[in-house]
Amino acid sequence: MSTRLANGGRRIDRTRPVEFRFNGKRLKGFEGDTLASALLANDQMMMGRSFKYHRPRGVVASGSEEPNALFNMGEGGKFEPNQRATTTELFDGLSVTSQNHWPSLEFDVGVLNNYAARFLPAGFYYKTFMFPRPAWKHVFEPFIRQSAGLGRAPDKETLDADTYEHFYFFADVVVVGGGVAGLQAAKTAALSGAKVLIMEQDPHWGGRAMVDGEPEEGFVQRLVGELEGMDNVTMRRRMMGAGVYDHGYLLGYERLRDHAPMLAGPRHRLWRIRAGQIITATGAIERPLSFAGNDIPGVMLAGAVRDYIAEYGVSPGDRVAVVTNNDDAYRTAIAVKKAGLEVPVIVDARAGGGGELAREARGMGIRVENGKAIAKVTGGKRVKSVKLCAQAGEGAVLEEVACDAVAMSGGWSPVVHLWSHCGGKLVWDEAEAMFRPDESRPPLNQNGAGFVRCAGAANGALDLGAGLADADAAGKGAAEAAGFKARGDTLPDLAQDDALPIEPVWMMPQGAGPKLRMKAWLDYQNDVKVSDVQLAAREGYESVEHTKRYTTLGMATDQGKLSNINGLAILSDTLGQAIPQTGTTTFRPPYTPISMASIAGEARGEIFQPVRRTPMHAWHEANGAHWEPVGHWRRPYCYLKGEETPHEAVSREIRATRASLGLLDASTLGKLIVKGPDAGKFLDMLYTNMMSTLKPGRCRYGLMCSENGFLSDDGVVVRLDEDSFLCHTTTGGAERIHGHMEEWLQTEWWDWQVHVVNATEQWAQVGVVGPNSRKVLEKLGGDVDISKDGLSFMGYTSGKLGEFDARIFRIAFAGELSYEVAVPASQGRALWDALWDAGEEFGVTPYGTEAMHVMRAEKGFIMIGDETDGTVIPQDLGLHWAISKKKEDYIGKRAQERTFMQSSDRWQLVGLETVDGSVIPDGAYAVAEGENANGQRNVQGRVTSTYYSPTLDRGIAMGLVHKGPERMGEVIDFPGTDGTIYKAKIVDAVFYDPEGEKQNV
Amino acid sequence: MLILECPCCGVTGEETEFHGGGEAHLKRFGPGSADTDFENYLFMRENPKGVHLERWRHVNGCGKWFHVARCTVTLEIFGSYSAQTLEPPQEIKDAISAKRPGWSWRDFS
Ligand SMILES: [Zn+2]
Repeated sequence: MSTRLANGGRRIDRTRPVEFRFNGKRLKGFEGDTLASALLANDQMMMGRSFKYHRPRGVVASGSEEPNALFNMGEGGKFEPNQRATTTELFDGLSVTSQNHWPSLEFDVGVLNNYAARFLPAGFYYKTFMFPRPAWKHVFEPFIRQSAGLGRAPDKETLDADTYEHFYFFADVVVVGGGVAGLQAAKTAALSGAKVLIMEQDPHWGGRAMVDGEPEEGFVQRLVGELEGMDNVTMRRRMMGAGVYDHGYLLGYERLRDHAPMLAGPRHRLWRIRAGQIITATGAIERPLSFAGNDIPGVMLAGAVRDYIAEYGVSPGDRVAVVTNNDDAYRTAIAVKKAGLEVPVIVDARAGGGGELAREARGMGIRVENGKAIAKVTGGKRVKSVKLCAQAGEGAVLEEVACDAVAMSGGWSPVVHLWSHCGGKLVWDEAEAMFRPDESRPPLNQNGAGFVRCAGAANGALDLGAGLADADAAGKGAAEAAGFKARGDTLPDLAQDDALPIEPVWMMPQGAGPKLRMKAWLDYQNDVKVSDVQLAAREGYESVEHTKRYTTLGMATDQGKLSNINGLAILSDTLGQAIPQTGTTTFRPPYTPISMASIAGEARGEIFQPVRRTPMHAWHEANGAHWEPVGHWRRPYCYLKGEETPHEAVSREIRATRASLGLLDASTLGKLIVKGPDAGKFLDMLYTNMMSTLKPGRCRYGLMCSENGFLSDDGVVVRLDEDSFLCHTTTGGAERIHGHMEEWLQTEWWDWQVHVVNATEQWAQVGVVGPNSRKVLEKLGGDVDISKDGLSFMGYTSGKLGEFDARIFRIAFAGELSYEVAVPASQGRALWDALWDAGEEFGVTPYGTEAMHVMRAEKGFIMIGDETDGTVIPQDLGLHWAISKKKEDYIGKRAQERTFMQSSDRWQLVGLETVDGSVIPDGAYAVAEGENANGQRNVQGRVTSTYYSPTLDRGIAMGLVHKGPERMGEVIDFPGTDGTIYKAKIVDAVFYDPEGEKQNV
Repeated sequence: MLILECPCCGVTGEETEFHGGGEAHLKRFGPGSADTDFENYLFMRENPKGVHLERWRHVNGCGKWFHVARCTVTLEIFGSYSAQTLEPPQEIKDAISAKRPGWSWRDFS
């Protein structure tokens, strides 16, 4: 059994018991425990079930590489799935449930998959679910949805109860990893005066040295003290280096309150760091060995076993068998023995056995078997015994040894993830059987120089003394690369370990047959076995990236931290090629999963995206505005009165406007000032129309195209004076069109004297619309002349309108007598209020965007984004009148001369009138005779705008129809998705006041 | 996330301050030009593995357009320069040549 030892446990405080809940059971641990160590102390070795076969799984590791021990944690607004027990610090009240089983962890129906394992081979998903098609929907998908997936997804209606934040930081040197190498590198770099940040994902400094021995007594404590005393050093624990990106950008993920939810403040903080130089001192991760039954609860990494003993005073078992291909695992045997527990055997796959540590173990009376292997582990929910065999053979069992835990070590792999994220290359180290960073090919910064270096075990320097020297050199090198004068630190004098070399063991025993290979796990979390990778190779998946996706090796939440090297070694072996030829899969950030909420940071709710408000926003809000987002703006779609529906409100607003007087907040329209001696010439190039001939005080509707010829924006251009124009753009188009103008001015016609200013937010604008619009403006008084002749249609004037500094444009988007009045934004609300008061006697009615849309459609005016979609040229819309024939050039003109654009075969704009007066559904297509190559009905047009017109009391629409203008009077069919066929007659697009008499009064 | 320097206002900023605008030094072909010239101008773009000259706009800053010489493989920046030029200035060409001897991009080298 696993249990709490009477003594030991550097991290725990035995005077401070902590109570927590596991699957509803009350259990006890100590402050300083992780969830994993506390569960082990309670003899809860089995911690979950595997993804595919639902096999019982126990904890394997003691750190962030753990693949098995994942839990649903918390409740309600604090619920989170897939939380790793090995990195979850215990706190009072912690509540977790195990995952991936039904109905219970002990008894699970899904384990049937295990017995059907030979029907679930690699590529199962690709092979089985193809045919027959209906089986997917009715059999496979429901089955997979029920049984697959790790943790439970959080309830979509529940909001995360915690807060999160982003934090920006700049440093000359950032060190990731606070083991002895990281601490030494940080100190050496900091001695140069460089600004240094060092982060450690664990709550404690010192890393593995705290278990396996410091360079000298008190080394870590001394170094931490020195660093804390330096003003140029920032230190953070519980912070992981999540990813390295271009030019020294680095993400740090700080877990502030995961261990102490009772504290105030944000739960996670995402550090967005710009580093001059980055040192990754991220250590190494131990590799499992691939023998049959290596996933049975109780089989653990050797390093993890001694971590639990030394750090938490927890024994994983009473009798711990050790299996290894290197000297390091002997430390575990020695630690187990010293804790008063049994080590029945050390199985060393090397024929020649180990060095100094092996002698020490033998000296303690531990039996060591060289050249041997584990043929098989027996047990179900817990290890019962190991069966031994010769490593060189095929697995003939020599003897069975009873034990309740197995400590395995296949060697150590440097954590090269951060080095690799931004392009650092690796080299295969034959002697140590590992990939390590290739110093000569680092990730490069903006100057073409390397900006990441590795230190200590992460750099392949597994020996303590060598690692420390390596870290000192990295600290010095980084400080110098960041522009500081640096010198090395004085290091403790350490003798090199007297260890015998590792011998790579990728399969145990070497000649294991199919039966054993089918029970030898590579990827615990995704249930990938040695036999799966071999099958993939035989089926032609020779690229490691393909094998990964085919078998799902390394695709689980641990991203293959334990499995990748073993998997690609098996793949290489099967393909008969060397490991470096196979290569690794791509390392991608984040190093371990980070919370989605930390990525969102403060951007949630109200401040998710700032809303742009017009000066009249509050008035709309107080008067029943039914909002519509337009770009970042909010505009009233309509104003609801009493119990009416939006549809009724829109009809009321239109009738009132056409009958008397309506008000529209048009402040969101883009307003670009184009000024300078060459402004007219410039606008002639930007618009299809001639703008240079526009007289001061006059307005002209203009079309803007891309160089591709397609319509991109429209609006009214006003010539304010000889060298200034005011260009109105669509709402939301102002920034885009401003950028477009600047690009042409700065990259093509930079010798033209033109200056552009985006004045959108400097002006509030009100559309005063309807037969009584002139009367209401005259009521306000002032010195502007807005009489019929004083300000004719498409005229502009400025002056005092009442108290206001107004610019008045007589333009008509609704087809009525109407004006747009612009005043400085600060006067906008006052103007609106004044018009409201003055309009009372005319029954003034505010109207929203939908009424505006319907009224323009009644007049046959196009709308960018409705009638256009980036494939429509002005000629398609019958806007020839707005395209100057006198101009030699404008943006888009050459493109419109292309054969396809000139073709008479294009879909062109027409009006559509349903035969029965109904409204054609949005987006409906007009069908034609016959079918296309895919067996779909041919089409001959589509609806672009369709509304109920209260003015005409019938459905009206505009659409693009094949040769439409030549087919007036023809009736075509628009099938709706409800099965109804909408029959519509092709008519002129101007439904209301075709002679334009209303706007000319 | 790249770090770029705007030659118009002198600010060195994060990529989020800027907006990429594609290939630099385009020669415009307007009405009357041959179909192939127009096609090349409108659609055909350099897509080099290595040295690239491109337009950027300091969109969340001074608003100005400028050009950047950049390596698309290593993301190294050789320099940024005014957009008001028909080809990269000599010092930019020299900076590229110093690090990528024998480079060429269209007719520039
Ligand atoms: Zn700038």
